[in-house]
Amino acid sequence: MNWDVLIPLLLFLIIIFFIGIWSNRKLNKSKSFLSDYFLGSRELGGLVLAMTMVATYGSASSFLGGPGAAYSIGLGWVLLAMTQVATGYFVLLILGKKFAIVTLKYKAVTLTDYLKGRYNSSTVVLLAAFSIIIFLFSAMAAQWIGGAYLIQSITGLSYKGALFIFAVAVLIYVIIGGFRAVSVTDTLQGIVMLFGTLLLLIGVVIAGGGLGQIFQDLTTENPNLVTPYGNDGSLSPLYVSSFWILVGVGVIGLPQVAVRAMSYRDSRSMHRALIIGTVVVGFIMLNMHLIGVFARPVLPGIEVADQVIPLVALDVLPGWLAGIVLAAPLAAIMSTVDSLLLLVSSSVVKDVYVNYIKPEATRKNIKYVSYGMTAVIGIIVFLMAIEPPEFIIFLNLFAFGGLEAAFIWPVVLGLYWKSGNKYGAIASMVVGIGSYIGIHFYNEAYGELLGVHTVTLPVFLSLIAFVLVSLFTRNKVDFSVGTGEAR
Amino acid sequence: MGKSNKPEDKRFRIAHNEAIIGVVLAIINFLWWYGFAYELGNKPPDEYTYILGFPAWFFWSCIVGFFVMVGLVIFVVKYLLTDVPLDDDGGEEQR
Repeated sequence: MNWDVLIPLLLFLIIIFFIGIWSNRKLNKSKSFLSDYFLGSRELGGLVLAMTMVATYGSASSFLGGPGAAYSIGLGWVLLAMTQVATGYFVLLILGKKFAIVTLKYKAVTLTDYLKGRYNSSTVVLLAAFSIIIFLFSAMAAQWIGGAYLIQSITGLSYKGALFIFAVAVLIYVIIGGFRAVSVTDTLQGIVMLFGTLLLLIGVVIAGGGLGQIFQDLTTENPNLVTPYGNDGSLSPLYVSSFWILVGVGVIGLPQVAVRAMSYRDSRSMHRALIIGTVVVGFIMLNMHLIGVFARPVLPGIEVADQVIPLVALDVLPGWLAGIVLAAPLAAIMSTVDSLLLLVSSSVVKDVYVNYIKPEATRKNIKYVSYGMTAVIGIIVFLMAIEPPEFIIFLNLFAFGGLEAAFIWPVVLGLYWKSGNKYGAIASMVVGIGSYIGIHFYNEAYGELLGVHTVTLPVFLSLIAFVLVSLFTRNKVDFSVGTGEAR
Repeated sequence: MGKSNKPEDKRFRIAHNEAIIGVVLAIINFLWWYGFAYELGNKPPDEYTYILGFPAWFFWSCIVGFFVMVGLVIFVVKYLLTDVPLDDDGGEEQR
């Protein structure tokens, strides 16, 4: 065991644990258990709001997979990753104050609550709740597997042992602390990511003999690595641009991101979060992916992409510093998992249990159901991650793109288009997910349809479905709830 | 609810304008990012010029582009966004 590396990681876990306890104390004093446990009583300030959005979004795939892809594809992948700068300002500006005002009016705690208030339809509620539960559950399992592999590669523990440590660490603070613990630990994790990637970038540049030397080495090995077109010249401008939808503007449709846009205290917090979020997300994405590219001349021949970051950190930094830096990808994974866990649990508890099974539940009852549900979901994910079943891996493929295509229009047009109605929302969700799955299989068999990423067409198709169906069913709906629009 | 011709909540008009600002920012962001990357990057790598150690296309598109966006967001927050209360008391009217 490499104690130099382990001690900073252990310290990190202990701090997170105390944040969980602190949040639990505040939770017991709060007015509404549900609103506090699943939304932190809407008290987030600017820094915490920005950090929790960035951290929720920057997951294992962007933290380990991203730099790994940059390692093999080159600067073209960094260009692609920089499309994510838009997430820093776009989500908060588009959903903006209107979303906060409207969700407060509906007393919404989850994204589904908002849809319920806006469309007034059980079909929409159940469709939303189940797509969140199914897709995000799978996404979460995939993240746990990533977290366990990371602990395994740092500590040398067995996969199961590593998974167990990861599960216990995450479950404790999420179960007892709820949303406040998740968002505050996200802030800590975001800060760790920010400085971790910066330190590692500096370390890699020094190890590579400076920028000039690194770019010379890259050009000597394969000149394509320093072009925007990728190592084999196959990254077309159109394909790279379509990532603006998947990881840039489309993120607005992800429930775990959207729910954060209703959690801030006041409009000043939101303003501050816009600036902090843009700075932090851009800085982290730029550093992290450059590390991947620069690692290539420093440590050639890494075959498993996800291991680029851990290997290069252990190689170029002293042990204790590597420990701090490696807390960053661990933080990225934990901060995504914690949000997903809480979101799935909120869907089960609030959207299904309180709405349909036991509307008259008392605070005490809801409290135990919330703790219990979060724990049960966590344990099921843990058991599934031990030996991941096929369908989890399968569903995870659709999780982010599918949810984006399903939710983006019912959420955004629900806010800004009065004529949007429940039939449009249902059509949009069904078409979004359905066409995403269909096009996914098409692309797998025949290559990218029209040369763009899978998510692109379903986002347009679900828009068309939403608009057309809403217009055709105009007369069937008495009034559009919540916008005050009279019919 | 029901039949009414009351003007919309004033806060919503502010929010609508701010959403449009968001779209404009994203369009500027995209054009800057795309323009520099594929205008300056579209030639053989041995003809690339380097700025502060980075290929010019990358420097302008990703590094300067990032700082430009941060600058624009700060400008927008300082001069274009409006503080509004989020709870119902702050609205022009109650519904």
